[in-house]
This record gives sequence, C-alpha cells and structure tokens, in this order.
Amino acid sequence: MIRTTPFHDRTSAANVSGLWEHWSGYLVASKYQLSEKFEYFAIRNSAGLFDSSPLYKYRIHGPDAEAFLAGVLARDIRACPVGHGQYSAWLDDRGFVVEDGVVFRTAADDYLLTCAEPNLAWFQGLVGRLRVTLEDVSEQSAVLSIQGPRSREILGSIAPQVCDLPYFGLTGATIASTPITVSRTGYTGDLGYELWIPADRALPVWDAVTTAAAGQGVIPIGMIALYMARIEAGLLLLDVDFGSSRYAWTDANRSTLIELGLGWMVRDLAADDRTFIGRTAVERELREKSSRWKLTGLVLDWQDYDRHYDAAGLIPPKDHTPIQDEYYVYDDHGTQLGYATSLMYSPMLQRHIALARVPLDRTKPGSHVKLELPVSHRYEYFDATVSRLPLYNPDRRTA
Amino acid sequence: MAKSTGVPASSDGHPIDPASGLADRRASERTYDAIVIGAGHNGLVNGAYLAKGGLKTLILERRHLVGGAAITEELRPGFWFTTFSYALSLLRPDIIHDLELTKHGFMPLLMPSTFAPMENGDYLLLGQDHGENLQEIGRHSRHDADAYEAFNHDVLRVCRAIKPLLDQVPPDIFSNDPEELVALAALGTRLRGMDKKVLHDAVRLLTGSAADFLDDYFESEIIKGYLASSSIIGTKVGPYSQGSGLVLLYHLLGEHDGEFGAWAFHKQGNGGFTKVLARAAEALGAEIALESAVERVITRNGRATGVALVDGTEFHAPIVVSALDPRRTFLELVDPRELPTDLVEAIERFRFQGTSAKVNFALDGAPRYPALGDRTDQYRGFTNIGPSMEYLERAFDDAKYGWYSKRPYLDCAIQSTIDPDMAPPGKHVMSCFVQYAPYHLKESDWDAERENLGDTVQATLESFFPGFGDLVLQREIRTPLDIERTVGLSEGNIFAGEFLAPQMFLFRPAPGWSQYRTPIDGYYQCGSGTHPGGCVMGAPGKLAAGQILKDRGRRRAPAETRVAVEA
Repeated sequence: MIRTTPFHDRTSAANVSGLWEHWSGYLVASKYQLSEKFEYFAIRNSAGLFDSSPLYKYRIHGPDAEAFLAGVLARDIRACPVGHGQYSAWLDDRGFVVEDGVVFRTAADDYLLTCAEPNLAWFQGLVGRLRVTLEDVSEQSAVLSIQGPRSREILGSIAPQVCDLPYFGLTGATIASTPITVSRTGYTGDLGYELWIPADRALPVWDAVTTAAAGQGVIPIGMIALYMARIEAGLLLLDVDFGSSRYAWTDANRSTLIELGLGWMVRDLAADDRTFIGRTAVERELREKSSRWKLTGLVLDWQDYDRHYDAAGLIPPKDHTPIQDEYYVYDDHGTQLGYATSLMYSPMLQRHIALARVPLDRTKPGSHVKLELPVSHRYEYFDATVSRLPLYNPDRRTA
Repeated sequence: MAKSTGVPASSDGHPIDPASGLADRRASERTYDAIVIGAGHNGLVNGAYLAKGGLKTLILERRHLVGGAAITEELRPGFWFTTFSYALSLLRPDIIHDLELTKHGFMPLLMPSTFAPMENGDYLLLGQDHGENLQEIGRHSRHDADAYEAFNHDVLRVCRAIKPLLDQVPPDIFSNDPEELVALAALGTRLRGMDKKVLHDAVRLLTGSAADFLDDYFESEIIKGYLASSSIIGTKVGPYSQGSGLVLLYHLLGEHDGEFGAWAFHKQGNGGFTKVLARAAEALGAEIALESAVERVITRNGRATGVALVDGTEFHAPIVVSALDPRRTFLELVDPRELPTDLVEAIERFRFQGTSAKVNFALDGAPRYPALGDRTDQYRGFTNIGPSMEYLERAFDDAKYGWYSKRPYLDCAIQSTIDPDMAPPGKHVMSCFVQYAPYHLKESDWDAERENLGDTVQATLESFFPGFGDLVLQREIRTPLDIERTVGLSEGNIFAGEFLAPQMFLFRPAPGWSQYRTPIDGYYQCGSGTHPGGCVMGAPGKLAAGQILKDRGRRRAPAETRVAVEA
C-alpha cells in the first residue's frame, strides 16, 4: 500500500491535476496545478511549497559521531559547526560515489543526515568500535520546503530568526506553537528553506506558513517543477544523473566524486588529515588524472536548434518538461563522446540545457559538442556548448 | 543613465551623478558614432545593437524613465501600474539572445489561463491543459471543440510561413540594386514553395475580415468573440471589417517559449522589460540620457550631423536614428522641405487614428465572478470582455461615428496574480486595455470626456463583476490624447501607425522607405512605424541597426581600401 505523507490532507486538497507519483513509497504530487510551468515560476518569482517528507533521515549521535562521519563522508564534517549543514557524498573504497545527501550538525555530537535511498545498513556496517548510534528517524519529521525569492520574508514574518540564517545554516523556531528546525537548504538553486516539523504537527505548520504567504503568489509545487529548478541549478539526481556504486553492475554505471563535478568537496586534501573511505582512490585519480569524464552543463545553440526543426518542416518545440533520460553527445565527426542525463528547455535561460558527461578535453566552458536528438523520426546532431554548473544561479541563493 | 540637466534623482531608481550632466560637457565629449532618439523598446534595442556593433552610442529620452510606452509606474505606494503596454509575445527571440537579456533579468512569466466572461453569466476559461480546454470549448459547442483544433493547425501553418518576414528587412521592389533583386527573388521563391492552402489562408487573413475567417470554423459566439478580440486591438476596425484578419494574424504570430499565440507577462510589467533592455544596452556600452528631449535633427548638405535638444544642447554624430513614429520622424524632427514631396505626402496620409485607451485600477481585492464563486485563478492571464463578435462590432459602431464605445471591449490583466511584486499582499493592480476610444471625438475632446470614459469602463466591469466598484482604490485613465501627450505617439496610436495593409511591409511607413533609411544621409528610422510594426517586438530596432551597420561597413570599406593602396 502506497503511503501518504503527513501533509497529505493539504496536498491532496491542493492537487487539482489529480497527477501523483511515487517517491520512496510515498504518494507525492507530480503537479498540483494544470501547469507545472506555473509552479516553476512560483519558485523563481515568489515561492513554492514542496513536500520533502519522503526523504530518508538518520540521526547519528554519540561521543564519536564526528569521528565517524569524518571517516565515512567525503567532505570534512569537522569543518561544519553546530547549527550548520553540509552537502556531502559518501564513497566506496574505490572512490565511487555511493550516494549524496545533506548532513546537519544539530549539536556537538548529534547529526541528522538526509538522503534519497536507504543507507542505514551501509553506515551501521562502518561503525566498528566507535561510540556512535544511528537511528532511522525518517518518519518522525515532516519536511516542508519553501523555495523562492519571497521565502525569507514570508518565513521571517512568523519566525524572525530565519532572516539572519546563512546559507546551509540551521536554527530552531516556533511556528504554530510547534518547536521546529529550519535549515536554509533546498533543491532548487534558489533562496529557500526547509522546515523540519514533528510529523504529528505537520498540518498546523503548513497552515501557518500558507497563511503567512497568503496573497503573495505562493503555491504548492510538484515533482516536475522541482526537477526543472534542479536541472537549471545543476543539482544531481540519484538514478538519473548518477547511480549508487553499491548497486551498479559495471563500472560504466559508477561515478567518482571528481567525475560528477563534486571534486570541490575534497579541495583541501593536503590540509586534511582524515582517513575517509575512498580517500586513497580520490588521491590516485587526482594524481593520475584518471577521471574518465566529467559531468557538466550543456547549453544548446538556439539558432541551430530552430534550424533543425525548420528544415524538417516543424515548429521547434520548446517544452520545459524535464526529460531525465539519456541522449548521446558526439563530436563533429560522429564519434560518441559521452551522454546527457537530464534535458529541458529552461524558461529562465530561454534555451535548451542539459546535464551531460563529456571527456576531460571538452570540459572547458565554451567547448563545442553535438547532442543527438530525434527530429521527425530520425536522429539529428545539435550544436551545444559546454557550460559551467550551475547554469542558473541567482545571487539571492547564498546572499 | 544620466540626465542632460537637472537634479540628481531618477524615479526608476538609477542613481544619477549630476557631474555627468551631458550639457556641461565639452563639444568633443558630446560627439558620438550614433545617436538614437527615444528610449522606447525599439530605441533601446537599436542602441544596444549599435553599441554591440562597436559604435559609441547615445540614446536620448525625453522623459525621466526609459521604456516609451512600455513602462511600469508606482502610481500608488506599493501598486505598480503597467500604464500603457502590458504584455509580451512578439518580442523576437534573437534579441533575447543577441543582447543576452537573460543576464540582465529577462523574466517572461507564464500566463496560465485566459478568461472570457459572458453576458449571461457563463464564461470560457482556457488553461494549460489541452484536453481540458477542448472539454471547456465543448461545453459551449461540441462542434467547436474539434473546429478549435483545425483552426489552430491551419493558423499555425500560416504563422510558420509568415514568421520569417518579421525578421527580415522588406525587399526594395523599387530598386535596381542587385542585392534587392536577390532578396525579392528569395521572397518569390518562398511564396512559390508555400502550400496552396497555407498561402490562401495567409491571403485571406492578411486581406479579409476576422469574422469571415472565424465563421468558417466556429459556431459558438463566445469562442468567436474571444478569438476575434485579437483582430481589433489597437486598430480602428471591427471584426467584420476587411483588414481585421491582419490584426488577428499579428496577434497569433507572437510566441512565448516557442508557442505561437502565447503571451507572457514580464516580471514588473513591460517597464520591467524595458529596464532589462536598458541594462543590456548599457552593458554593451551604450549611454542613456534621460530628460533629454530632442528638438530637431541637425543636417548639413543633406546629411545628418547630430541633434539639438530642446534646451539648446547639441550632440554630434554621423548617424542619427529616430525611434519616434513616422510623423515625428519625417515631419517634426527634420524640416519636411528637405524631403521628397512624395514621401512627405505619404507620411501626411499615413493613418494613426489611435483608437485605444487604458484604464488601470488599484483594487482592494480580486473581483468576484459569480459563476466561479470565490475562485481567483481565472485571473492569471487575460480577462477578455468581448463575449461575441457582435459585441465587438457594436463597440466599433460607436467609434465609426466619433465616439467611444458605450459597452467597450476590454482586455484586462490582473498582473498582481502572477507577479506578487506588483501590489501589496491581497491587493491587486488591474490593467484594462479599452477599445474603442477614438482620438478624434465628435464635438468634444478627451479632456472633457476622460472621467466619463473611466465611468463607462467601470460600469462595464461592474456588469460582469458585481461589486467591482467597491474594490476600486484608485483609477488611472489614459485616453489616446494622454498617450500622445505622455509617450509622444501621434494621435495615441499604440502601433505608431495603423496595422492596415497599405501601411505594412513594403509600405511601412512609405513606399520606397521601408528599409529604415531616410532621404537624409545618416538619418535612420527604427520605431514601430517601420516594418514589421508595433507591439513589443523589437524587430524594427534590430533590423534598423543591421541596416545602419551594413551601410557603415560599405561606406568605410572603400576608404580603408584606399588607405591600404596608398600605404
């Protein structure tokens, strides 16, 4: 039986499209309105409310919690003060990415780690003799994400401490007489916050937030709008842009941190004395420059795009609906270079964009490649330019 | 941006350094490669392209803000009005990319619905779900649900065939220049390559009436009224008039994110859009001077050499571009005696006859449409008060005899439902485009009739939205006379000249002068009075810049060759 989230009474009332999908065994809206693009613009122009409750959430605590996470996460958790969070990844011993997620330090020896898929056994298997306890607290919290330029003002009107919260900061707050935690995080590449709410208080907090937001164009947003925003922001999606190394059949389906463009997480290895899983492999990859490719942004040449369709007698489609599937990347001579994993027409950039893997000699922004797309029942090769991620990155995101 | 004179303040928030006062500069500092007169959207586009082409460019604007007719003003604290122009569709996509507008805040917001109330209390509400739209049309006529598909397909084919003309300089059929003959041949080839039905439909639309075209498809009055509304906008025709088809086609030719006929509302209105253009132009090196009204273009021996401002300041440049309408470009900025008589006559005959007005409201809340109860999502796009072709035609009848419509056609947009930055939470701004409101009133004038027009519009809205009047916090009325006075558009014509076949393409603004040049060497035109015309399209500004840069290249090439030979 598919489960519903603690917000279901509200999300089901708001969903006029009747379209739902399944996320980690929960029912979540694909889109609430008949137009997912309208929801997308709520994120970029006002704020969108997204129900993130199905995330897996693990509490990691105990005197050795820091030492534990320092050894299992690629990014140095010791640099994360109490009241902050980090976007991190965990690797296997060959340097391949198992998964990524956000970890919050709620106290000196207490952390909350969130991720898309179950990882409890993986982490528990690594505890050894450390004094650390791992608990699956996924169902204890409902997570309400409010994303967009108005999010600070709206949340600040009911929880003033939010106004000064830095990017990836974490604070306690009381909304609807409910003690909650607010983090300045999200999956949209915009200014935004996530509210961590005791599950049984989900509805009063939802109501308080929507009341505070009334008349300001804030609407619930579904998965499609979220995907649009995350592609523009260059945020990777598990099982779309990469797969977990634990369940890959071959190395072709595994990715290293550096290949995914996440090498910045281990930028300071020289000054970092940790022994973390995958470190040796990362160092070797850096030393030997053995990355097979790198994940980067692609921007399609709009004139070339139009030309292909014009020549086929068609009106060039500019459909914003994200296609989270593979399209192949070629050079000018028809040799395959790599592949794209997410493709969409970006309303903010007014161009088609993609997340793609390209060989190391094409990673420089401005490098030229061809993207293979079907036009009128045959493949055509579209001019595209390699572009640094994120492709859309408003100042307000971190300001 | 800088002002030529005056105090260091700007209503659009740009800090202005009084030391940059242009009038105080030495003559050498008042010399440019190109001067553009008017910072409306076409002037800005033109100036930006010229700057991109390497020209030291100055854009002069009479008012205290950029945008011309595409402005957004805070006329009441917290309430932002799109005083005149209010939506985007025909903007040429290449301008977005060439000028890198997305880097400067370009943000066309989706308008996810269109709402057409009916006089019997019913309505037509179209949204983003194709299947649902067909069901909604089917509620009015099962026949028309299918006809709507056929209509859209046929019209899209015409749009696809016609669209390239928006991005091309019209060929000069009066010239023997080989390049022009090639362009003409290319046009002929394109026509020959067209499907018979598409070409026939195109001609029917370009020359016929919207009513004839729509009657071929539809039986439902509300569908026809809704579609025919696009056939009269800004033009003194009714849906039964020959020529209304052309206006309809123009409004379907626009595109938003690749979708023909789709409209968008720019963040902060069309004034938000022209500010984006101004930032892009400045980033490319163009200089924009506000409160710098141009008195005349300075000419010497048949050549433009600069401009003189009303305050006497002179700026010099070998290229002067007028973004103003044809009457001002040819009859006011220069001495008509410097021009060929046939051109002067053609411009004197050019029809302006503005026929539209705006009434903008600040509202205490969203209007209530009884059949939809407390719903307000229907207002996220245009609200079209034109429930039948007969309604529109009767509105036109009043205008034919020199008066404004007793029951006007209204194109309303409550933009604060899409952009929360337009009004305080829970409050709204409502832009109402009003037709017909002819510039010339019989035995009266607009200063006498302004408030009466406002009352007429408000009464019309009250009849559809009972209790509307109680919501009104403020009302701003802009008659054609006000449009002329404020923006400078002759007779308040929003397209800088009527969209009538004899004033389009090869003939816009006059036969032989459709390629943005003028008989005065170095003096060019780039306003909406040139091909392809009005709407916030930018094509005239862009195409004119192309011509200017091409002419400049030609002029320089022989000189450079000569230098090379002498060296």
